[in-house]
Amino acid sequence: MTGLIEMFGYDFFVKGLAAAVLAGALCGLLSTFITLRGMSYIGHGLSHSIFGGFAASAVVGINVVVGAGVWGLGTAFAINWVARKRSIGADAAIGVVTTASFALGVALLKKFGQQGGLSFDQALFGSILGVRGSDLALLAVALVATLLLVVLRYRQLLFLTFDPEVAAVSGVDTRRLDALVMAVLSLSILASLTVIGVTLVAAILVVPSVIARLLTNSFSRMLVIATGVGAASGFVGMIASYQLDVPSGTTIVLTSALLFLVVLAVTGPGRLRRTAGMDDHADTPVATSVPSRA
Amino acid sequence: MTTSLIRLESVAAAYDGTRVLHDVSHSVEPGDFTGIVGPSGSGKTTMLRVLLGSMTPVAGTVVRAPGLRVGYVPQLETVSWGFPVTVAECVLMARKPAHVWPWSTPGERADVGSVLERLGISELGHRHIRELSGGQQQRMFLARALVRRPQLLLLDEPTSGVDVQTRHEVLHLLEDLSNDGIAVLLTTHDLNGMAAHLPQLVALAGHVVASGPPSEVIVPAVLEQVFGARMEVLQHLGIPVVVDGYDHSEPGVA
Repeated sequence: MTGLIEMFGYDFFVKGLAAAVLAGALCGLLSTFITLRGMSYIGHGLSHSIFGGFAASAVVGINVVVGAGVWGLGTAFAINWVARKRSIGADAAIGVVTTASFALGVALLKKFGQQGGLSFDQALFGSILGVRGSDLALLAVALVATLLLVVLRYRQLLFLTFDPEVAAVSGVDTRRLDALVMAVLSLSILASLTVIGVTLVAAILVVPSVIARLLTNSFSRMLVIATGVGAASGFVGMIASYQLDVPSGTTIVLTSALLFLVVLAVTGPGRLRRTAGMDDHADTPVATSVPSRA
Repeated sequence: MTTSLIRLESVAAAYDGTRVLHDVSHSVEPGDFTGIVGPSGSGKTTMLRVLLGSMTPVAGTVVRAPGLRVGYVPQLETVSWGFPVTVAECVLMARKPAHVWPWSTPGERADVGSVLERLGISELGHRHIRELSGGQQQRMFLARALVRRPQLLLLDEPTSGVDVQTRHEVLHLLEDLSNDGIAVLLTTHDLNGMAAHLPQLVALAGHVVASGPPSEVIVPAVLEQVFGARMEVLQHLGIPVVVDGYDHSEPGVA
């Protein structure tokens, strides 16, 4: 018990805890849109891609937030551009673009070493030690930007998520809205990288919304529950990380996975049917719906 | 003289360079009630997309009346029924927001209630969309389209996958809307259902093979050209009824 209280006396831990809660809430909030739009693989790919930008920025010595952010956005639009060509599927486009970016990041870091900031392992799996004030500020900016987007464009986002083609012909500027979602998603992944890590952030972009879907049939309640589940996973996971001395990303993801099992056990396997349609739009490219042939 | 709501002039449309619509001309007037008939791949949905503006023709011209309001009802098979949304929320999402906040205003809720009542599903507003029958699902999407107060209503295969009773209900509803001055254009491959209800048909096979009243469109020569198979047309109470054609000369056929 003393150990539990004692850790709150360390500045690095409090910062890490705050970052984990903010990152969990942020990724949890976005997870609803990601899973319902069938973009789970995009979250996974973008996080790996941003790692390439992170490594390249660290090696050449520019601000990693700017470098990796620009890299991530560039990748998102590259995926979309390739997917629109329709000669290959969106999943294949993501596979090609993001794994190449991730491989480049690994090669650059191994060849030239770390120039400052996070270590290789910290970037991959997150770290309780790596959180700085600037990381918290970036997380706060990403959370506020995402909240503003969700609150001020709630109905349009709901329409876009449910039925992108009809939304587009009903006056919703789906291209602009999709671009905004991709922008906050890239920013959120980048901001969460320190505490959750590249390889595990994709899980926090999926699991909270799956848990929320088991608990509710309402889109708005799903947003709130997924945000809470993400924040709670961050809080508990960060404490577990400190106590067990393992990377914070792993404990945050394991916490959310455990929560999923508990909710599933309580609600019953029958509720899993609710999640069956969550990836129905898996073939839909990122920034628009491409009509299929009549 | 009536002004067309929308007019296609020698329109061609293509996917990845492959043309699926050729030289299509058609005009939609207020109160029209028209069915586009043709087999899968004949370009029905593509024609709807061109009319909707979600697809740009590679040739020809689309002329829309200024400020034209269009409602669209998609195929039920394309809907993600596990999506966490109620009937009322589904209808509301198509209404232009009265303010920037997520919650609806009393005026918006009244609009949704009014359109649900008009379609006979006012008691279903709180239900999850997966809990509806096929006919109720179709009415919900009609409600979503109508909440935009459209002048033109486009429906993609509204009678596909529903039972006969539901098909009659849906077509009667559409007829009522047409009588109220809303132009209704739908696609279908259900020839007999359309012949009994729709005053105008367009037979499509990549291009317009025939258009006009059912008595002019549902004739063996047109059907063979559109569907690539022999069909016979009988008359029942003045309505053409299509039956599969068969060859009496084939062995074993009486």
